[in-house]
Amino acid sequence: MPAKPTKTAHTRKGMALGMRNTVVGLSFILPNFIGFFIFILIPVIFSLVLSFTKWDGFTEMQFVGLQNFTNIITDKYFLQAMGRTLIFSAFTVSITTFVSLGLAVLLNKKLFATDFFRSSIFFPYVASIVAVGVVWNMLFQKDFGPINEFLRFIGIANPPGWTASVKGAVPAVIIVFIWKNMGYYMLVYLAALQNIPAELREASCIDGASPAQHFWRVTMPMLSSSTFFVVLMLTINSFKTLDLIMVMTSGGPGQATTLIVNYIYNKGFVSNHYGPASAAAMILFVLVAIITVIQFRVEKKASM
Amino acid sequence: MIEKKNPVAKVLTHLLLLSIVFITLLPLLWMLSSSLKLDRDVFTVPIQWIPSHPEWNNYLRIWEKIDLGLYTLNSFKLTTIITIIQVLTSSFAAYGFSKCRFKGRDTLFLAYVATIAIPWQTYMLPQFIEMRILGLTNTHTGYILMQSFIALGVFLMRQFYMGIPDELLEAARIDGLNEYGIYFRIVLPLSGPSIATLCIFSFVTIWNDYMGPMIYFSPNHLKTIQLGIRMFIGQYSAEYGLIMAASVFALIPVLLVFLAFQRFFVQGVATSGLKG
Repeated sequence: MPAKPTKTAHTRKGMALGMRNTVVGLSFILPNFIGFFIFILIPVIFSLVLSFTKWDGFTEMQFVGLQNFTNIITDKYFLQAMGRTLIFSAFTVSITTFVSLGLAVLLNKKLFATDFFRSSIFFPYVASIVAVGVVWNMLFQKDFGPINEFLRFIGIANPPGWTASVKGAVPAVIIVFIWKNMGYYMLVYLAALQNIPAELREASCIDGASPAQHFWRVTMPMLSSSTFFVVLMLTINSFKTLDLIMVMTSGGPGQATTLIVNYIYNKGFVSNHYGPASAAAMILFVLVAIITVIQFRVEKKASM
Repeated sequence: MIEKKNPVAKVLTHLLLLSIVFITLLPLLWMLSSSLKLDRDVFTVPIQWIPSHPEWNNYLRIWEKIDLGLYTLNSFKLTTIITIIQVLTSSFAAYGFSKCRFKGRDTLFLAYVATIAIPWQTYMLPQFIEMRILGLTNTHTGYILMQSFIALGVFLMRQFYMGIPDELLEAARIDGLNEYGIYFRIVLPLSGPSIATLCIFSFVTIWNDYMGPMIYFSPNHLKTIQLGIRMFIGQYSAEYGLIMAASVFALIPVLLVFLAFQRFFVQGVATSGLKG
């Protein structure tokens, strides 16, 4: 059997090579992976564990099963925070999508100073949330802020109290969210618009389609996968809006702008109820996971 | 292009865009204008957009009111260290994930991809508890460790490395270069644009971060510029001119980076579509 030894030698050599490849490959990955494992992956798993326990960080940890979940879904404050999150999300997602699409369509032409327009609209996205939050709070000032001065000037006798009132606080935060984020999604749409071949416009022109018809019948369908992506990203981002609210209203007045993330923050960092905080975090996680899986599925289908 | 050239429509589009851009920039212009005013003049009606007596003093007085120098230094220190660690380890790992073949590679990478989608807000609490157990809360080290290894960096760099043709590396292997040689001599010199993109995104994220420092830093000597401004508002809530001057000051580094490297920002949005 002359073939066998050759084969063994070959496999052994192959194994040694495989080992060597693994060692080399891991040596590239490990410096990052060790940090990633300890400071990201462990907390993620720890979060799941915490949601089934009762713990305040000082006394002994107790396993309580699903009790945290049953407690928070009967907690009035949690349900209200969920409701507010959905309302906040519905408005921010729909308006931001609409506005950023409009801006992208307007800016998809060679115009005078196009780059300046794009940059100006994008800049709020990278501006410090503390700085812009402070400015907007002053603009929204109830009695002498410029926005209400303007509203009174155009004849609105009783302008909203914005961040100082229960009714006006959510709209104020929504406005700032849209202002800050529209530039980013505009760029996403612009990238998509630039991928639409110009011949399509020529073709529909020859067929006698008006610009409006062309937009609705050709451009919009071509943009559907981008719109889908924008809507899902916006939904996830609206679910995790914490810093903007902490800077502008701290969740108030009262509970008026307390969203699910504020609920997690308050339970966890303010009152040290780690169990309920983690249970709420798990619910947020599941919501985001569902959206991500949908996105993944649809993208896969589209690429096949 | 057979776009109809209607001059009226073109002028109207320009006017519409100009007004949109103007409205978008209005809050920032108001901020700039207010930063040069006395407190009592900030809310006068009608708004005086260009102050007749610009109060440049505001920009000096903020340095006396709070430890602005210290906060700025802290912000620069944290931003620089985190960006360096992130770029080095991410690009190294991305090479492993895209150009080295070994068993278990894709499983490891899946862990990274999965966590990109997980909002930080869902694990900020256990992360903080872990840091407290390790004695790393209220230290810059703890914050650096928590920010340096986010999965997005690896993901971005890998996207870029996937675009480098394997034939190029194969040729280098035949010429006798080992993997580290290939990384340092061939791949790294090619990755300028993607490293720049990652640097800029990391810089902007860390410089602007508010929640992280707020949770991690209680003692004054650790605080960053964003915390400083927030504190300033709490202490001197009626000194509007000074608050605006401090806010403008906090915006300047990002504005400069933005103006200098605009195309990388656009590239970042186009290649990732993930940052948020």
